Amino acid sequence: MDSRLLTSAVTLRVNGTVHRLTLDNRSTLLDTLREDLDLTGAKKGCDHGQCGSCTVLVDGRRVNCCLLLTVACDGSEITTVEGLSDGWSLHPVQEAFLARDAFQCGYCTPGQVCSAVGALREMAEGRPSAVTVGTEPPSGAAEIRERMSGNLCRCAAYPNIVRAVGDAAERAAEWWERTP
Amino acid sequence: MTGTTFGAVPWGPPLGEPVPRLDGRAKVTGSARYAADHTPAGCAHAWPVPAPVAKGTVTAVHRAAAMAEPGALSVLAHDDAPRLGDADDRTLAVLQSPRIAHRGQVVALAVAETLPAARAMAAAVRIECAPVPPDLELTPEHPRLVTPEGAESAQGDFPAAFHGAQVRIDAVYSIPPLHNHPMEPHAATAQWLGGRLVVFDSSQGSNAVRDALAALFELEPDQVSVVSEHVGGGFGAKGTPRPHVVLAAMAAMAVNRPVKLALPRGLLPALTGYRASTLQRVRLGADTEGRVRAIAHEVDTYTSPLSPDWRERATQPTRSLYAAPHRLTRERVAPLDVPSPSWMRAPGECSGMFAVESAMDELAVACAMDPIELRARNEPDVDPHTGRPFSSRHLVECLRAGADRFGWADRDPAPAMRRQGRLLIGSGVAASTYPAEVIPSSARAHANPGGGFLVEINATDIGTGARTVLAQIAASTLGIGVDELEIDIGRTDLPRAPLAGGSCGTASWGWAVHKACGELSRRIDEHQGAVPAGGLTVTVDTTEDLATDDQYTRRSFGAQFAEVAVDVDTGEARVRRLLGVFAAGRILNPRTARSQLLGGMIMGLSMALTETSTLDLAFGDHPERDLASYHVASCADVREIDVHWLAEEDSRLNPMGSKGIGELGIVGTAAAVTNAIHHATGVRVRDLPAQPDALLEAMIAQGRI
Repeated sequence: MDSRLLTSAVTLRVNGTVHRLTLDNRSTLLDTLREDLDLTGAKKGCDHGQCGSCTVLVDGRRVNCCLLLTVACDGSEITTVEGLSDGWSLHPVQEAFLARDAFQCGYCTPGQVCSAVGALREMAEGRPSAVTVGTEPPSGAAEIRERMSGNLCRCAAYPNIVRAVGDAAERAAEWWERTP
Repeated sequence: MTGTTFGAVPWGPPLGEPVPRLDGRAKVTGSARYAADHTPAGCAHAWPVPAPVAKGTVTAVHRAAAMAEPGALSVLAHDDAPRLGDADDRTLAVLQSPRIAHRGQVVALAVAETLPAARAMAAAVRIECAPVPPDLELTPEHPRLVTPEGAESAQGDFPAAFHGAQVRIDAVYSIPPLHNHPMEPHAATAQWLGGRLVVFDSSQGSNAVRDALAALFELEPDQVSVVSEHVGGGFGAKGTPRPHVVLAAMAAMAVNRPVKLALPRGLLPALTGYRASTLQRVRLGADTEGRVRAIAHEVDTYTSPLSPDWRERATQPTRSLYAAPHRLTRERVAPLDVPSPSWMRAPGECSGMFAVESAMDELAVACAMDPIELRARNEPDVDPHTGRPFSSRHLVECLRAGADRFGWADRDPAPAMRRQGRLLIGSGVAASTYPAEVIPSSARAHANPGGGFLVEINATDIGTGARTVLAQIAASTLGIGVDELEIDIGRTDLPRAPLAGGSCGTASWGWAVHKACGELSRRIDEHQGAVPAGGLTVTVDTTEDLATDDQYTRRSFGAQFAEVAVDVDTGEARVRRLLGVFAAGRILNPRTARSQLLGGMIMGLSMALTETSTLDLAFGDHPERDLASYHVASCADVREIDVHWLAEEDSRLNPMGSKGIGELGIVGTAAAVTNAIHHATGVRVRDLPAQPDALLEAMIAQGRI
């Protein structure tokens, strides 16, 4: 088969850097990040969108990037866990995860961190979840537990994750405002 | 077991302090590299092809369609794969024979330039086979059930004592197959560098991986390097070398370039071990005051043709748990044509304690006794199985401390009495226990002439915090701060050490680290405190320190309390509160220890309510292979949860005075939850998990709702 039929040219902006790639059409965004761009922070836990270890932010929204074909992301702005800190100062969610010991093996952690960043933004925007009651802005442990339940942690750091995400809420909102 | 004399690590900071994880920053920034995060130049990708039948022979491997895939490099199968030596583990003899031992066994391996191509190739490989009918079903009448040597014990006259008891409990409990499912699927990146094999592997103990690879590829161990710097959990599933690492090394040899192989999640149950199902009969004979006179625990389970010596040793905790003059334990195991079971967090103990601690709750109800008082009444003076004293045992103290914290004193024991709207509320308790073992280890400590220290040991941090706690042990021994030394772990190039498993990692590694650092301190003192140019290095091994000593039974203990709410309309049980109180020697890092114990308890909660798998009798494999069909606890399943520990001093363990805590947290949790369900609803859950359909049906059948 003509291999040109199997590939596409894609432009991605990842953590502020533009990448022009020619990719196998079957590539998922997760495999592109990991295997082609050596951004191995996002992890493959299930490859089926069931565990959340691959969570990254695409155009500001959290996604399971194992379920996203890279060709569908042409022109997208992607933030991975590597893009949340500048190498020295950490994102408030990352700091809170350290402070609360919100991980053990660390494998799901990049996904948890990205998911928390996305979830806090959704809460700040007032988007309701299944446990949101009334019209008050969603907040608190029950909201966080619900919104973070797409990110499995077999070490079960959940109690510490909930506290960490709660701790980071205010400063995470400031981070969004600073981010271009 | 441990010798009786050893120097103790000076107790005090940094040991015993909540030191943050040394690898924390790498983990929250995504810079920590796990096995599949390494991509050497020219790396190819491999994808396994699983056996489509449970038993039979591969008669043909059709490769043409797969090899037509652009980027295809090879399809390895039994007819062309490199021949392997013997590693004394048949699960590792991959692609060596056309015989199929179980469904899901790897029968071919696709290797390609890219991951999508390897995956497509694997799907295109057509396996022709001649199936034969498999033997798949465990029943108590299975003709091949045998009791292996050492799998039974008897004291007194159990049948007579049980027959004559005033109160008798005779119940059968079952646990389905359970899957470890660490978040990191098993992965290996392998490359051959001039006759040397270098592997990044997700393993709980890379020395065993190196030994296995050396035997299989007929190399000297020092020709093999295995790196397991960061490991994404294991819970036993990475406790011994698994087939993926052999396949990666074999593929790298065949295509003459580095190869990465990450197992698809759905193949973990078939290829990396699981907790085999158990059928457990427990009989307790007691007087009306709840004094147990007779106790029997009999377990039926199974193993696979590839792991003939394996069994889930579920009666082991029962032997040492409660006093009773008449005792019987027996484990029977049948070889079935199924995937190989193996270690899953607290193997044996976790399974057995669900049954025994449920039966104790049934006895408490039958005797109209408080379940805590019942356990206190049957507390043994010495290990009832061996007659040896316990090095320390504070089970009753854990129960009483937990009762205070949980608010147990106000509990009305009557079942199915507390209703809040649609919810029935109840509370339950169960005991925890796990052996406190230690294994020989080596370690090296180095003092730099310009100041600073380096401690090296091939320990593995699978999320326990081993890296951090070993640095604390070293720093306390050297009398310095944690930031004044470097700790290097997770590579076979470092001094040999045992696996992270059996809750004996910290005890075993810590002993060696303490010994190395203690000797290094003495060497520095010999130089009047001045480290000479070139530094000072000490390498130690603890084999001789761990001289045979059978004087004591060494175990950790704990008590778990659960409060549940059961919805009378849906049958859904939720754990509203969970409390664990443990006695596990000195807690070396309360921050990481707390996380580990909480994690064990939550895995136990998950075992009680949601985790279930089936050995499908049509296919001979587990249909619930992924994380959508096999439900591990998620964030929203965990409400109020707390953990405490008693200050336990035990000088008979190791230089740190610590007991392992990796497994203790999961032992007993499921029974605490199902005992609480009984208190809430009056329904006794003897078959895990307590799922809504069964619970609703039982509540209706018993007229509870």
